[in-house]
Amino acid sequence: MFGKLTLAAVPYHDPIVMGAVVGSLLGALAVLGLITYLKKWPYLWCEWLTSVDHKKIGIMYIILSLIMLLRGFSDAIMMRAQQAMAVGASPGFLPPDHFNQVFSAHGTIMILFMAMPFLSGLMNIVVPQQIGARDVAFPFLNAVSLWLSVAGALLVMVSLGVGEFSKAGWSGYTPLTELAYSPDTGVDYWLWSIQISGVGTLLTGINFLVTIIKMRAPGMTLMRMPLFTWTALLTNILIIFAFPMLTAALLMLSLDRYLGMHFFTNDLGGNTMMYINLFWTWGHPEVYIVILPAFGIYSEVVATFSRKRIFGYTSLVYATAVIMFLSFAVWAHHFFTMGTSANVNIFFGISTMVIAIPTGVKVFNWLFTMYKGRVRMTTPMLWTIGFLTTFVLGGLTGVLMSIPPADYVLHNSLFLIAHFHNMLIPGTLFGFLAGFAYWFPKATGFKLDETWGKRSFWCWLIGFYMSFVPLYVLGFMGMPRRMQHYDNPAWQLPLIIAAVGTLIIAAGIGCMLMQLFVSFMNRKANADTTGDPWDGRTLEWATASPPAVYNFAVIPEVRDIDAFWDMKERGVAYERPERYEDIVMPKNSWHGFVLGVVAFVFGFAVIWHIWWLAAVTTLGMIAVVTARGCADDLFMVIPAKEVARIEDARVRPALHGAAR
Amino acid sequence: MTTAQTAHLPGAPGHEAHGGPGGHDMGEIQAFGFWIYLMSDLIVFSALFATYVVMAHNYAGGPTPKDLFELPAVLVETMLLLTSSAAYGLAMVAMHKGDLRSVRLGLVAAFALGLGFLVMELAEFQHFIGIGAGPDRSGFLSAFFTLVGTHGLHVTFGLLWIVVMLAQLSSKGLTAPVKGRLTRLGMFWHFLDIVWIGVFTVVYLLGVVQ
Amino acid sequence: MKRNTASAFAAVLGLCALAALSGCSELALLDPKGPIGEAERRLIFIAFGLMLIVVIPVIVMAVWFPHKYRESNTEAEYAPKWSHSGRIELVMWLIPMVIVILLSTLLWIETHRLDPYKPLAAPDKQLPVEVVSLDWKWLFIYPQQGVAVVNELVFPAGMPLAFDITSDTVMTSFFIPRLGSQIYAMGGMRTKLHLLADTEGEYVGQNQQFSGAGYPDMFFPARAVSQAGFDAWLQKVKASPDKLDMARFDELRKPGLAAGPVYFSKVEPGIFEAILGKYDPMTKQGSPQPAGHSGHGGYGGQGGHGGQTGHQGHGQ
Repeated sequence: MFGKLTLAAVPYHDPIVMGAVVGSLLGALAVLGLITYLKKWPYLWCEWLTSVDHKKIGIMYIILSLIMLLRGFSDAIMMRAQQAMAVGASPGFLPPDHFNQVFSAHGTIMILFMAMPFLSGLMNIVVPQQIGARDVAFPFLNAVSLWLSVAGALLVMVSLGVGEFSKAGWSGYTPLTELAYSPDTGVDYWLWSIQISGVGTLLTGINFLVTIIKMRAPGMTLMRMPLFTWTALLTNILIIFAFPMLTAALLMLSLDRYLGMHFFTNDLGGNTMMYINLFWTWGHPEVYIVILPAFGIYSEVVATFSRKRIFGYTSLVYATAVIMFLSFAVWAHHFFTMGTSANVNIFFGISTMVIAIPTGVKVFNWLFTMYKGRVRMTTPMLWTIGFLTTFVLGGLTGVLMSIPPADYVLHNSLFLIAHFHNMLIPGTLFGFLAGFAYWFPKATGFKLDETWGKRSFWCWLIGFYMSFVPLYVLGFMGMPRRMQHYDNPAWQLPLIIAAVGTLIIAAGIGCMLMQLFVSFMNRKANADTTGDPWDGRTLEWATASPPAVYNFAVIPEVRDIDAFWDMKERGVAYERPERYEDIVMPKNSWHGFVLGVVAFVFGFAVIWHIWWLAAVTTLGMIAVVTARGCADDLFMVIPAKEVARIEDARVRPALHGAAR
Repeated sequence: MTTAQTAHLPGAPGHEAHGGPGGHDMGEIQAFGFWIYLMSDLIVFSALFATYVVMAHNYAGGPTPKDLFELPAVLVETMLLLTSSAAYGLAMVAMHKGDLRSVRLGLVAAFALGLGFLVMELAEFQHFIGIGAGPDRSGFLSAFFTLVGTHGLHVTFGLLWIVVMLAQLSSKGLTAPVKGRLTRLGMFWHFLDIVWIGVFTVVYLLGVVQ
Repeated sequence: MKRNTASAFAAVLGLCALAALSGCSELALLDPKGPIGEAERRLIFIAFGLMLIVVIPVIVMAVWFPHKYRESNTEAEYAPKWSHSGRIELVMWLIPMVIVILLSTLLWIETHRLDPYKPLAAPDKQLPVEVVSLDWKWLFIYPQQGVAVVNELVFPAGMPLAFDITSDTVMTSFFIPRLGSQIYAMGGMRTKLHLLADTEGEYVGQNQQFSGAGYPDMFFPARAVSQAGFDAWLQKVKASPDKLDMARFDELRKPGLAAGPVYFSKVEPGIFEAILGKYDPMTKQGSPQPAGHSGHGGYGGQGGHGGQTGHQGHGQ
């Protein structure tokens, strides 16, 4: 009846796990209780859960991402604490069984359930507005993507209390993840959570590619697109090419585990190296999937807060495109030590190094944007400068590791860990946090508190150096990654310093939460009535904050890279048209949310081999898709009169603000 | 990628079901999106093809393509799928003429032929498993069953979709949204042909020839 | 912004101090004991130095520009429309290119020179060692001496070593940091590694690739000794009553940690090839289920250890 699931799957005996489970459950219950108490269920259902509005979907993505950031970061603290303690005879506080789950969950969550939703969220909020569109190409698919991501993230969370998560690392190398070596359900949680959210990501990729190609405002040629939109476009192309590789690799691994096939087993004709190749043909582009949009954010932020046009727009676009193409030709640098011939290693080593050229060019572009500008030191700008100074060090260590003989000694050491955190934290995360602070008033209508934002930044930056410089040193001391305990006493001091660094980052996260709370309490004082709080340059600042459901009452005409800046200079930014037209917008739909719920139950059923439930939910998913596929009445009309009322209410303060 | 503009000012075509937000031509956008989806699906297949090619000789002492494949039967399968596609093509011609009856006829024919293909494929699978050449026998057979089976699964979903479209034709007739869906189903159905040609060549022909 | 760099520098300096305190000898990669490790250290230093040519100016500009052109400094020039300069763009493409070309040349030469597959001496002048990684221990077979050892590697200093490496479990990575290069060990694959220790001493050997529950305990001493010391050690091993054949090996491969070194005075000839052959993808195979894991059933006991060929990892 319940497949492999028994009550023994709940880890009652483990106080640490149960603490986390009870904490998460209490948190969830508190939220649900509050919603019930405030009688907000109908509001939640009508305005959020069934919404197909890209701005609301974007906000929900970012909420998901921040929750998963907290989860992934608590894993990080546990790892650092364990390694700071577990020297010699001391076993630390995490047994290998638990420690191995913690690092596997940390990687999986941070890449797939923190960075990816954050990226989707920012794209959702910003891209349609930047290109002067009223919505994305497929608003309903957009909701499906969101709820599939949520379903995947929920599966990871459930693994905490029911059964266990994978103990084989976030990359799930075979044959360790094969049934012969990992017979538990942990790997299945990992497989299905990624597979389900991966489908959502692929749909997002298709959706935004079509949106950017087909729905730009008149006059916005490709070479007039804002740089965030450019990077979003290239990232979506990468998603469309890379994610199917992951889907295929995970499918084959599932077949090995579920039907006893022999794709990646040691025996009976399996080829373990095939998985590693397939995984990294996705895995390497994935790194660029999360970092290119961050590059886009830095480009927007640095131009806005230097009050100056971006330096070398064309260079930046081409550099980004070159990075995109090259990202498919470097995957084997993840396994120079596999025994491939010197010539193969040389090819992949040089192609990796070549990526440093366009990346370097981009860094110079940002620097020369500040040159002869008027730089305002706001929080987004601080994140950007923190990125510029720190990221180059990660680039340096990256190029170092692209030299195969150097990699022969640095591979899989803590040096490698320090390197990719040096790319992903100051590169991707700082970028997303800059974007978060930059576009927050656009999404919510009020600005974030600057003082707490700056405190958060300094904690993050100092915490980052303290956490990861010791790891670089440990790499030179020969310490491998993923050690649950170790004998060499010399490794302990740097590990203690790193653990303290992690605590400083924790303070940074605390400041972020405080910032959200303070800003919310002062939202009246921090309100953005103009829609253009930063004196922005691109079209998203032409809408209200938060924008009306249709974004633009009149689709703007674009004449310049900095379209909105140009409109302000020409004095047409807040011009009232002679008359408004009716606007057609998509209606809300329950199908996306329900599909997410059913997909979650399906995932749970296959993980635990509850076959009847898997069959029922499969039919359920087909039924929901079919029901949606047959629906015709998908749009609603907002009458011109209503549009005029909304616009008049907003343009007045905006004009007032502009006159100020 | 061109810089061609498809945007229209508000009030331009489209308060009908065909129009969408901002008055963009939803039919064209949906077709373009579906192309992109097919392309990503093709990448899933290319990963499976690549794996098959790498593992094509990993027999683990088990049966080889020469022991298993019977080309005449596969040729019949191929013909079934191709004629099914042709029948679908005729249905599309009828759709443009607005001939509902012929559309239905074409769809039913496409369905029947596709079903024939699927039944033959399943029979082949059952035969292999029966003689101990199931997907768990060797790396080669895992790759074979997965590649061919994934294509078969797509055909199954295509058949299901045809049934849904037949039902929509009965309840709604040839409305604009129904036409759009039929067009996309057609793209899907022909796409499966192309993939099958690859399977036929790489798996069956090359397997028996070498 | 000054605080930014200040904190960065403080962190880096602190770490340098830390490294100095713990003694350079703890930085295994910077204190190698053989020519391979030494060449790799030199390579790291050269590449690091070349890259600083770009990195340092970037960090300086990233702090200096926003400071000089801060909003409150109305003295500074303000050129809101200035967004293009052919000269600057040329330089910013050229400098990274030149450095990458230099580094690529270095990469090309050194990757060939330090290819782990390249022998360090003629075949009769090196010591062949066959390495099998198990759950969670290392088996070293000395084919010329006809002995085998678990979790202890002993060899004469100054003697070029030729390792043939495979795994009878999941993928692992064979690494002695002070001697240089690591290489993966994979089931059914033979990878090769050539190392040399030029000074006597006891070095740490390890698995550098996560391989499950016992992974943090896969360390072994790698002792470079004098020729006399090596001979004496061989005598000790040959005095052991334990002999390694396939049956004994099946016992050895059961998951678990080895308490200390285990010596085998005799080894069944060709056992390394037999271990490789267990996973030959072409031929009929035996029962390679890892004993002790609750693995899936299937093809257990279909026959003996079929193939004698393990295909090479090289060129895969």
